[in-house]
Amino acid sequence: MKELDPLVFLAVFQEMLGPMLWLMLGLAVLGVAAFVALLAREKGIVARRLVRAELIGLFGGVLALVIMARVSSSGFTDAGGPADWFLIALVYGLGVVATAVLAYAVMGWLAPRKAA
Amino acid sequence: MTDDPAPGARAIDDQRARRRFLTRLGALPLAATVAPARADKLRTQVRIVIAGGGAAGLTAASRLASALDGAVITVIDPRREHWYQPGFTLVASGIKPEAYPVSGTADYVPKGVQWVQEKVAEIDPEGRKVVTDAGRTFGYDYLIVALGLELNYAGIEGMDTARIGRDGLGSIYLSPAGAAATWRALSQFADKGGVGLFGRPAGEMKCAGAPLKYTFITDDHLRRRGHRGKAEIHYMAHAKTLFGVPIVAEKVRMLYADRGVKVHHEHVLQAIDLDRRIATYRTPLGTTEQAYDFINVVPPMRAPEVVRRSPLPWTEGPFAADGYAEVDRATLRHRRYPNVFAVGDVAGVPKGKTAASVKWQVPVAVDHLIGDLRGQPSTQAYNGYTSCPLITRLGQAMLIEFDYQDNLVMSFPGVIAPLEELWISWVMKTMALKPTYISMLRGRA
Repeated sequence: MKELDPLVFLAVFQEMLGPMLWLMLGLAVLGVAAFVALLAREKGIVARRLVRAELIGLFGGVLALVIMARVSSSGFTDAGGPADWFLIALVYGLGVVATAVLAYAVMGWLAPRKAA
Repeated sequence: MTDDPAPGARAIDDQRARRRFLTRLGALPLAATVAPARADKLRTQVRIVIAGGGAAGLTAASRLASALDGAVITVIDPRREHWYQPGFTLVASGIKPEAYPVSGTADYVPKGVQWVQEKVAEIDPEGRKVVTDAGRTFGYDYLIVALGLELNYAGIEGMDTARIGRDGLGSIYLSPAGAAATWRALSQFADKGGVGLFGRPAGEMKCAGAPLKYTFITDDHLRRRGHRGKAEIHYMAHAKTLFGVPIVAEKVRMLYADRGVKVHHEHVLQAIDLDRRIATYRTPLGTTEQAYDFINVVPPMRAPEVVRRSPLPWTEGPFAADGYAEVDRATLRHRRYPNVFAVGDVAGVPKGKTAASVKWQVPVAVDHLIGDLRGQPSTQAYNGYTSCPLITRLGQAMLIEFDYQDNLVMSFPGVIAPLEELWISWVMKTMALKPTYISMLRGRA
């Protein structure tokens, strides 16, 4: 892996995840779009909902680590150096953010804030 | 290759650079639609025969098919199953199931490429033709030899591959079934303890890191089951060092000392008594016998018979004895037959016989072939790059990458240290390597 071409990454992820890749990318795009649309509609963040979404996000981070451990037949307990801590933080962080954004959007669209 | 193309170099590289530029701009979907168009696809009626449809042969077929228009490309190989060989160690470690390395050759033969399901029986570079076991003759303008290598189990007296998995006999190289059977034998050993023997043959071999890995993995399984104290692990090195790259050899020496692996130098497995469980090693002082409870037999390896019988092997030097093809180490072009290339395990070049070598050899060889067709000689060179995620315990590996000069090469400098036991390297081995390999077969990585 001397030449880190983004297209190579795309090919590898396609082989790794198959149709799941497009499903996940679709979900990510949809989630972010729903989140942004909600922000626009409500003209700001609803603090109470955000806190709830963040709490749910914490579980999402743990879930991401559990999934990672399963598919790699190993776990974060195998961490041996800084690169590993970085990877753990990355996986956990992505899990937290993705879940929080999704949760916020879902909650917002299911139970919109009453017009002030 | 990281080398920048020379001024005026091929349009192929220009397009690659353009693609990279576009993707850096974040215009990934645009780049993806630009790529397959390949405005510079070369129109030609050249006849190319690819002898062997393993990792190297299929990768070459994919790359040629996407670069040439109208060429007659023929892959000759009878094997319907394709084996992802880097996965064998994981099967033999109980990490992956037996089916993990198995897929079908047909999945990777690109459109427009003819797949002849026969065995190459004769290579005639003077007459520019290849003959199959069914008696069919295929003339060629260019030949890519990608016939891999032969596991010479008969080179060990008393060895019987049918008994792998029983009586403490393991051998991860034979097949996915052999790797799975080896796991059963290793698992029994890890339950009881005893004497475990590891080692490697003299001469060139596939993935020289694999025998080292398997020793580490055995140590870890014993520890996890609480039986390490009841076991002795011996590593029989064929040479005076543990690995061909000195800095890696030193690191492994330190790790083996830490794990209590006893190292014996200049020991080469010569004979085995499967009933009495005794291995006989050739040493500079004569032969020595060693009883075992578990042994991982790594057979001697050599070029396939059809290559050894052909005019293609080296006639002198370190690769002559085992019949590997006499190619230039930078271009993979045959030194006596310029329209013949050899890639993958069959190539008589130093260092790795690994999938990573294939990944970097094939594009260079293909570029030189296309350069010939265009009348613009290629400037690309293969520097011997290969890589080996050396598993040091379940859940950790060292991502070791090196070249012809024994230099450590780093794909992720500053992030992944080559001689550090890391989870991230294990994650790459278990999750990313197979998809990368499959992408390589399809000519996409």
